[in-house]
Amino acid sequence: MSALELRNVWVEYGEKVVLERVSLDIAERSFVAVVGPSGAGKSTFLRLILGQEAPTRGQVLLDGQPMRAECGPDRGVVFQRYSVFPHLTALRNVMFGIECAEAPVTARLFGSRRRAARDTAVEMLAAVGLEHSMDVYPAQMSGGMQQRLAIAQALVKHPRILLLDEPFGALDPGIRLDMHALITRLWQEHGLTIVMVTHDIGEAFKLGTRVLAFDKRRVDPQAPHRFGATVTYDLSLDRKTLPPAALVEALGGALPQKDPA
Amino acid sequence: MPAHPRPGASVVRRLVDMRPRRGARLLLGALPILVLLLLYLIASEARHADNPADKVLPTFSAMAQAIHGFTTDLDPASGRIVLVADTVASLYRLGIGLAIATTSALILGLLLGTVPLARAILGPVIAVIAVIPPVAVLPILFIALGLDEASKIALIAIGIAPFMVRDLTSYVASLPAEQFAKAQTLGANSWQLAVRVALPQLMPRLIEALRLSMGPAWVFLIAAEAVASDVGLGYRIFLVRRYFAMDIILPYVAWISLLAIAADALLLFVSRRGFPWAHGGGR
Repeated sequence: MSALELRNVWVEYGEKVVLERVSLDIAERSFVAVVGPSGAGKSTFLRLILGQEAPTRGQVLLDGQPMRAECGPDRGVVFQRYSVFPHLTALRNVMFGIECAEAPVTARLFGSRRRAARDTAVEMLAAVGLEHSMDVYPAQMSGGMQQRLAIAQALVKHPRILLLDEPFGALDPGIRLDMHALITRLWQEHGLTIVMVTHDIGEAFKLGTRVLAFDKRRVDPQAPHRFGATVTYDLSLDRKTLPPAALVEALGGALPQKDPA
Repeated sequence: MPAHPRPGASVVRRLVDMRPRRGARLLLGALPILVLLLLYLIASEARHADNPADKVLPTFSAMAQAIHGFTTDLDPASGRIVLVADTVASLYRLGIGLAIATTSALILGLLLGTVPLARAILGPVIAVIAVIPPVAVLPILFIALGLDEASKIALIAIGIAPFMVRDLTSYVASLPAEQFAKAQTLGANSWQLAVRVALPQLMPRLIEALRLSMGPAWVFLIAAEAVASDVGLGYRIFLVRRYFAMDIILPYVAWISLLAIAADALLLFVSRRGFPWAHGGGR
């Protein structure tokens, strides 16, 4: 069964076409990695699923129902930065989602319900390896720890889809490998459906069960905004699939090249 | 620092690399103050050598005598010691004015910062009010509210509230959009967003804005007291000015500065204690 479905989706800002003719089925429990050069609509695609953006044309369906263009608890998200609340300790950051659901007015819990929320949060923090940093504020955490916290915070809501927006882009290579192992384990243990936008094609092919590449099919040199980007590659992976040379070239060409002289 | 500098290498550090230690810093900071006091002393002595009855630069002994006067004499109106009566009256006006400004800044800043609709409606009005010089509306306040406490308190509140509201609004509006999106994916509604995400992060900024507004608040207080009052620190200064009583004015100014410094230190302490995460420190 497909968790998320896009039917002939277009996103336009006035004259400028960002996405055109995007039709996709994202299966439950898949790990979809989205790659593409800068400005090819990766972020727009993510905002579309997140609900920050409404399609100009077409439909986005979540579990067969048309999705409201507003962020909701059925979709969790981890951004590259600013995903956690700086004024809350790690534990309170994770409890936030439970408190919002159970206490609509005060957004705070007391007594046995608070203890229950705390226990759930502690469990989730342990699952991401932060059991020793529960009372620490994000400012005192390293980048990797902050991203672990952001993941725990999102997972406590059991989202239908977890969206990752270049979540490991700002981390050291070593920490990034740890995070790859962590997200793979969580994805398997919790049966998550993940959509991850990344710049790193190696990361996409390492983690994903499916890779989507966004790019422009048609370019009008006189009017660069005339045509939008769409899915140019849609590859289902087993763990042995290597990126096609044309895709590597397309992404490499998007990187700033050194002047030969 | 290398123990044996290379021959020819300069052992003197660059000026920009010289950092005084804590003790040295205190000493260096006290130096200009001592120099100023010394200059005053010399100038005062010189004037008194010329004219023993000089009132413009009173000697320290004359000031001590004046201080003894206004810390023991009773104010005929209230029956309290003059300095106490003035301080209580002024701090009461200042406190109520600041409380009104802070409360309205908190509510409006939160509302305008989190709700774009509210910002669209109220933003322009507040921007217009903010550019009116507050002292220019003092006569209006005197006419509308009378010469009592209300007009003085209103001047302080009107004087600083618009700045604080605008500062807090722009601060809340500039909190990362990712935080608000994240909170919504965690199930937060508009109210929960305001009280759990925006409000706590606004608090240290509120104290910061209040600290910055203390200077203008004192200006408005003293202006209002100078124009129409019968007690208060500003009133006293402008009263004794008629007699060239510099020996009273100077200690009063020093006392006001001391109160201002104490208020600032108190606010900083509260902010550090209450919101450690905003000061980069631990718990």
